[in-house]
Amino acid sequence: MSVGMTTIDNNAHPPQPDAKANVSADMQAVARRQRWQDWLFHRGTQLFSLLVLAALVGIIVSLFVNAWPTLQKFGLKFLWTVEWDIVNEEFGAAIAIVGTVLSAGIALLLAVPLAFGIALFLTENCPAWLRRPLGTAIELLAAVPSIIYGMFGLFVFAPVFADYIQAPVQNVLGGMPLVGWMFGGAVNGMGILAAGIVLAFMILPYIAAVMRDVFEIVPPILRESAYGLGCTTWEVVRRVVLPYTQKGVIGGIMLGLGRALGETMAVTFVIGNANRMPTSLFSPGTSIASVLANEFGEAADLHLSTLFALGFLLFVITFVVLALAKIMVIRAERAKGT
Amino acid sequence: MKRTFLKALAVAALGSALASAAYAADITGAGATFPYPVYAKWAEGYKAATGTGLNYQSIGSSGGVRQIRAKTVAFGATDAPVKGEDLDKDGMVQFPAIIGGTVPVLNLEGFKPGELRVTGPVLAEMFLGTISKWNDPKFAALNPGKTLPDQAITVVHRADGSGTTFNWTDYLSAVSKDWADKVGKGAAVKWPASTSVGGKGNEGVAANVSRIKGAIGYVEYAYVKRNKMNFMQLQNKAGKYVSPDDDAFAAAASGVDWFSVPGMGVSMVDAKGEKSWPVSTASFILMYKQPADKAQSAEVLKFFDWAFKSGKQMAADLDYVALPDSLTGEIRAKVWSQIGK
Repeated sequence: MSVGMTTIDNNAHPPQPDAKANVSADMQAVARRQRWQDWLFHRGTQLFSLLVLAALVGIIVSLFVNAWPTLQKFGLKFLWTVEWDIVNEEFGAAIAIVGTVLSAGIALLLAVPLAFGIALFLTENCPAWLRRPLGTAIELLAAVPSIIYGMFGLFVFAPVFADYIQAPVQNVLGGMPLVGWMFGGAVNGMGILAAGIVLAFMILPYIAAVMRDVFEIVPPILRESAYGLGCTTWEVVRRVVLPYTQKGVIGGIMLGLGRALGETMAVTFVIGNANRMPTSLFSPGTSIASVLANEFGEAADLHLSTLFALGFLLFVITFVVLALAKIMVIRAERAKGT
Repeated sequence: MKRTFLKALAVAALGSALASAAYAADITGAGATFPYPVYAKWAEGYKAATGTGLNYQSIGSSGGVRQIRAKTVAFGATDAPVKGEDLDKDGMVQFPAIIGGTVPVLNLEGFKPGELRVTGPVLAEMFLGTISKWNDPKFAALNPGKTLPDQAITVVHRADGSGTTFNWTDYLSAVSKDWADKVGKGAAVKWPASTSVGGKGNEGVAANVSRIKGAIGYVEYAYVKRNKMNFMQLQNKAGKYVSPDDDAFAAAASGVDWFSVPGMGVSMVDAKGEKSWPVSTASFILMYKQPADKAQSAEVLKFFDWAFKSGKQMAADLDYVALPDSLTGEIRAKVWSQIGK
């Protein structure tokens, strides 16, 4: 891409030896104007980027300032206190953190393999006539507003989930030692697992679309060489496509995870909104984003400040996740020696 | 997607800028969501009658209190009454504007609406989780001759903070010492039952109760009527079992001595009277005694004056109960007279 650079300076247009002096002066004027435009463009875009940075810092600072009374009162133990008692003003973030991380984790666990399969099919095996409609369908799925997922989750998915998945699974696995506890509790179609599944549907198109795009940029020559050497499709993907696109794949997964962590409406509809520590995959819980959405309207004083503290925590969690992803990518690149 | 969103945002911003310029004379108010439908209806009628509009933002009761304290609105509205001393500190007055009721709803096959009966203490135990099955002897004793299923009770509550929850927990605290000690009352509380799930808004609770077999919940009366939900008769303070309706809410209101508490912040729960529905509630209006904008404040009083006189049928259509004339007369004489003109 570096050949496409269009920086203009005097050296790019050396004056022709036989040119007249006024032509040279004209060209210098043009060059000066272009330099000036370049400078403006540079400063302008810089300002835009700084604006984003300023907004980010502003959000963090305002969250922190508003959260201060809570952080001051509960200190670090706010992170692991299992309590959410609004009447007596005793708050802990553990329930919401566990709900957020669990539901997002389940979503990733389900969505990543599926998205990987979809992207693989689209780039490696899909007949050409199906490629475009399928790709468009995935992109459309990504454009569905999250409230639709929530409504679908509550009114369509939850009843089916309760009767045809939760109840049978509980019957079969509920009594088993070691895993039985995961499937205990009331069977009503709502809870951590239900939220995770709905979230998986939501983030699936994002991850699949990104994976497909990065799989497509693998130079055909690499792929064809591998096939030519007699590799199977899986070997090509495993040894050629994945190593080549690792960064993009991890990026896509992180994009999905980011969305799952911060998702509000869809989760609120199906997670059950119970401020209790979940005891099984079926038990209702709550996530940071849904607590915020539910309780902001009627919150005051310490409760309000606690909601800000939760918002701040969500920010921190997302930041940590993104940082970890970055580190993973860097480590992997180093191991490869590139 | 992003671009259309930005466009919509720009249009909305422009629209609201124009709107605020065009209706600068509108009355502004903010607060409780529970009375919002009736305030909106009144606003429509008042606009048609006088040409003055009302801009009411249903942002929640605590939001209403915050907004009037910040003096961004001419009146605030709240379901949970503000305490007398706080009113005095802020130099505000408070009066009730509309009455409604909260109703225990359930999802149990084979029973008609109102067929099952419950007392306050037993209801509290169900919400506490100490009664966890529908065929519990304590509940069965209240419903002789009925075959109750051996089904787990799932408690459905509001996930969002709300005046309905305040009203409901206010009632449970009044009838059960256990509830008052362990949970208390508030716009949102720590729900003790191990099976409880939250729904967003009245419609969320209604949807969850209709969907989960064996569920019990509480919603505003209008939702019971509109969705034809199954409800329970509730025993009132006089020991009579009553069904929720406009008359039962009005009966509860008539038994209340409004001026016994400063700021009229009387809790209407567990009201005396043979016909009283025990979980009735009033929604309150907050105004400054010495408002910064006296003209606006006078407009607010004119609005409520009109609503008290001409808005009764509109309230009834929406399943609310308008205040009785005797009470509105007293509000005019004792409360509105304190507001500086």
